[in-house]
Amino acid sequence: MASDQIRNKGVNVTDHDLTFRSLSEVLQNNITPYIALLEAKDCPGIKNLMQKLMGQLMNCYIDVDSSEDEDYVQVSHNRIRCSMTSLINWYEHVTKKPDSETPSKKRTSSSRHWQSPPVVVVFKDMESFSTKVLQDFIVISSQHIHELPLVLIFGIATSPMIIHSLLPHFVSSLLCIELFQSLSCKDHLSTIIDKLLLRASFPFKLGEKVLQVLINIFLYHDFSVQNFIKGFQLCIVEHFCSQPVSVLCCQLVDAKKRADSLSHDQCENIRKLPSFRRYVESQVSEKQIALLTVDTYLKEITQKLLEDLHVYHENYLSVLRCLHVFTSFLPKYPLGKQIRELYCACLENQVWETEEYESSLQLARMLNKSDLVTMLQQCVEIFVSSSGKEFDNTVEKLKEFLTQFQKLEEEAFQEQDVSVSSQKELQKKTDLYHLQKTLLELKESRRSKKLTKFEMLRFEVVDYIDSLVRNYLVPANHKTLHEIMYFNTASVLREHLNAAPRIALHTALNNPYRYLKNQALKSDEGSISNKAPDICIVYKLHLECGRLINLVDWLEAFSTVVMGAEGPNADAASSDQVDDIIHARFIRAVSELELLGFIKPSKQKTDHVARLTWGGC
Amino acid sequence: MSRPGGQGRDALEVKFVPDEEVLKHIAEYTGMKVQKNKTQLVGSVKRFVKKLENISDDEAQEILEEKNYVAALGLCTQDPMGNGSSVSGGEVYSFQTPKRSSKMAELASELAQTPGQSVAPDHSKCPDKTAKAPQNNKHTSSDKVLQRNKKKEIVSTTPYRLRKRLTAPDPYLESESEYSASCSEEDEEDQKEVSTVLSGQETPAKTKAASTPPPRNTLAKKNKNKMGNLVEEYFEAHSSSKVLTSDRTLQKLRKRRLNQQTLHDLLKKAPLAYAAEIKELNQQHERLFSKWMLQLHLGFNIVLYGLGSKRDLLEKFRTSVLQESVHLVVNGYFPSITLRSILNSITEDVLNHIGTFRSPPDQLEFIIKKFKEDSSLELYVLIHNLDSQMLRGERSQQILAQLSSLPSIYLIASIDHINAPLLWDQAKLSLYNWLWYETTTFSPYVEETSYENSLLVQQSGSLALSSLTHVLRSLTLNARGIFRLLAQYQLKNKDNPSYAGLSFQDFYQQCREAFLVNSDLTLRAQLTEFRDHKLIRTKRGADGVEYLLIPVDDSTLADFLEKEDEDI
Repeated sequence: MASDQIRNKGVNVTDHDLTFRSLSEVLQNNITPYIALLEAKDCPGIKNLMQKLMGQLMNCYIDVDSSEDEDYVQVSHNRIRCSMTSLINWYEHVTKKPDSETPSKKRTSSSRHWQSPPVVVVFKDMESFSTKVLQDFIVISSQHIHELPLVLIFGIATSPMIIHSLLPHFVSSLLCIELFQSLSCKDHLSTIIDKLLLRASFPFKLGEKVLQVLINIFLYHDFSVQNFIKGFQLCIVEHFCSQPVSVLCCQLVDAKKRADSLSHDQCENIRKLPSFRRYVESQVSEKQIALLTVDTYLKEITQKLLEDLHVYHENYLSVLRCLHVFTSFLPKYPLGKQIRELYCACLENQVWETEEYESSLQLARMLNKSDLVTMLQQCVEIFVSSSGKEFDNTVEKLKEFLTQFQKLEEEAFQEQDVSVSSQKELQKKTDLYHLQKTLLELKESRRSKKLTKFEMLRFEVVDYIDSLVRNYLVPANHKTLHEIMYFNTASVLREHLNAAPRIALHTALNNPYRYLKNQALKSDEGSISNKAPDICIVYKLHLECGRLINLVDWLEAFSTVVMGAEGPNADAASSDQVDDIIHARFIRAVSELELLGFIKPSKQKTDHVARLTWGGC
Repeated sequence: MSRPGGQGRDALEVKFVPDEEVLKHIAEYTGMKVQKNKTQLVGSVKRFVKKLENISDDEAQEILEEKNYVAALGLCTQDPMGNGSSVSGGEVYSFQTPKRSSKMAELASELAQTPGQSVAPDHSKCPDKTAKAPQNNKHTSSDKVLQRNKKKEIVSTTPYRLRKRLTAPDPYLESESEYSASCSEEDEEDQKEVSTVLSGQETPAKTKAASTPPPRNTLAKKNKNKMGNLVEEYFEAHSSSKVLTSDRTLQKLRKRRLNQQTLHDLLKKAPLAYAAEIKELNQQHERLFSKWMLQLHLGFNIVLYGLGSKRDLLEKFRTSVLQESVHLVVNGYFPSITLRSILNSITEDVLNHIGTFRSPPDQLEFIIKKFKEDSSLELYVLIHNLDSQMLRGERSQQILAQLSSLPSIYLIASIDHINAPLLWDQAKLSLYNWLWYETTTFSPYVEETSYENSLLVQQSGSLALSSLTHVLRSLTLNARGIFRLLAQYQLKNKDNPSYAGLSFQDFYQQCREAFLVNSDLTLRAQLTEFRDHKLIRTKRGADGVEYLLIPVDDSTLADFLEKEDEDI
């Protein structure tokens, strides 16, 4: 019986290759050297499937025991008949071989595998395989299962039920199915963000807008972690290319050294940074002069500021995680469920000024005790494990809160008594009037009642967290020299990763002035001057037409415009010549439009072209 | 202008004033109200609609509706993209109304009349209104017949004044005088010529107007309907087989068809507009070269988009940066480029491999293996027009994508077609690993369009002729004879418009008589060979008989026969 496994995965396509590749690598290293990856588009029939399968397995074979039999395999690869028997023969050959003639080197390499390692066949996209091919393969291989231990792995994008709808019962009963669920791409993204962005050890940071663009591309376009990484790479390239002070964007020790050896020009670059200017302005006048004129002093200050920045990051990230512990517990998640959302919010501006923060504090003031205690414990863990040195006090304070909560245990009993007694009062009096009265009184008393000790403590805790946030979660762009670490030009990313070629074409055709800075082309939004390039005029004219365009009319309209633009000085003497040139220009413009895909020749009517766009653009 | 006053005046004059005049007023009103208040607008719309109910002209109502609709939506004034007229609902709404066919000419005349000036978006959207404005000022007192006439002129496919200007550009026509009443008689004459077209146009106009419900209800409802209308109109426009365009053809224009060479010469004479600005643009792009190199080496591939030929830019890139390194230039726009030829040039010229491959995937595998083995191998691939007709196919794109994903192959390509990005699905995109660069150059597509079989360009046929002779030279004497027979027969019948081709039986008879074949099997084998080389085409006639045809124009065929005679 062929034992089978099924992997379940989401819609995202681009990362699957990567997933499967790493899966097969893991399998290759730990379980078996014999792995074949099959794709539906390579296997339209059972014969192709066998061919592909054997080809890949034979190649494995070469890899395992180097070059000695290369000739033999090369020949066999072309000549061997693709049948199950030859596959079994091959398998017997390779599995027996290490026993009979064991070079010591090979044994060590294969000792990690079992005595008779299974042959793993991965079907990357099971849904796209034709059912007949799958059925045949499973039925055939199940008959040879004793000679050839086979493990099939199916990649499934939809629901696991598909295997039963694809395969009839007599086939699926041959399989021993086990289901594995792969991680969703969002989890992968969270891991990457956690490992790359939320680490103080990694100096390069993304600005808020940039991160937002990357996450938006991920969420709204492709769900591809690969593309996210690509975007991140592009950010790094752009940052180090375009920002001259990025030389200092490295580990703190190196950065200090580099700051020491800055040239005069580089110092000037630092002085030009807006954040540094703000810093200078806040200093007293002698210091200002020193900062702006003396390079050595500037370097000293830069080192200090870099260190500040480093410390800021360490603290920032711990407090951020701590805040996330709180916000991720709140109902409706006003500050977002994922830490990346919280991070974006904190990067953007002072988070404590936002409405969402306000409401989440409100909600936090209503948390129950057990939740609060677990959160505090988590926070303590975060702070203890963080590398920041300033958190000793914080940890102590939090621990103090925890002990106070424990003390509250006893007092809680008394409070319960009070509430019980009031309840009893309610039950005693059954008169409607009195009931109403007591209820009102109860309400009054509750409103005016002094806060219980628990509530006071809870307020204290929330206020303390709030003060931490206000202290440490200052947005990065308020920090001096943040330009060194943060990449902020989101427009570059959008331009290169998420381009809109059609809009570019449209703007160029409708508003050539945006590209050609000539006064003659300057015009209001959405209109066009008659001195515009030919293709713009022809395009504009064609927009006025329906599905079909008469070339003669078009040509006439075009020549009217062009002659109007040239003015009355185009006199009759050279009219014939001019006419020809206009005709030629028209032909060029029309064939350019054809190349761009706006029109195509039509056979419906003589000398007509069909418009391929409709409505806008 | 106070509202009650204007209302009163309109109410008095509504019987006598022509429709256009009324419309003009309405347009002014709505225009003003939009700025003031929206609720007021709704009121005024309703009032005007009521007033117009006694005017039976459907067309007027339709225009009114459209106008209010556009104004109320405010689409003409506020557009987030800044794309103005082309995306606004107003234009979409008026899609393929009967006035449509004349709009091009109207816009043209308008553009021509305002040299150096721009045309406001409002005007371009309803050019008939602005075109009419001066007329109306002059003709308010004149009789209605004249106005009707004028209106007809608007509906006609190409206004007389445009046609006249084209044949003989007369400076006097540029003046205002063409709007005077004296012109209207000429127009009348002209009207007869196109009256057939007109009648064909006006009927659908009426039915369409009747089918549109009268303006009613609140604006919100209209807004909701907008999307539905859009969809419906699209299908309406594409379902009807009737096409509302004029019947004029280029032949009637007595314009000789330009051939490729004269076209080229003529264009050379015409100065390139805005050369300085285009140069400036190009220089901006050239500054990116070093960045491109860096990014190519970091594993990205680069794709260039934007209006204008990017050929020169890539060429500049090649000459200035890639001189020292191995590179391959692929002219994607070339009509006979194939994937195989690209792969062949990599295996043969770059990898110095002699031998053939069974299929492109095999060849690709070989290339991948070679590049992985030898890490010092580097190859820059420049593809002009990756979206061209020949490279558009799924298979070629897949293989190119796989090629480009190799770390030591650097691909830089250009695309032009508006739908080019649709070529790639997520899998291919991730293989290509594109970085997009907008390089709008505004340079004319000289090379790229020279192969396009434009309707307006006469095909020189030089390509067909050379291919004919090449193929024929490789054939046996008998085969050549067979082809000659067919060619001669076709030339004999070149003046016969109903000539469908030579039927197989007749052809077989003739070939036998000339001792070229001895059985119809040999002839069939020969014909199959011809067909494989695209020398002939077979067509089944109505009677089920096979007809043979050489798909080459007559002059080329004559040239070919002449040449053949010389050879023999």
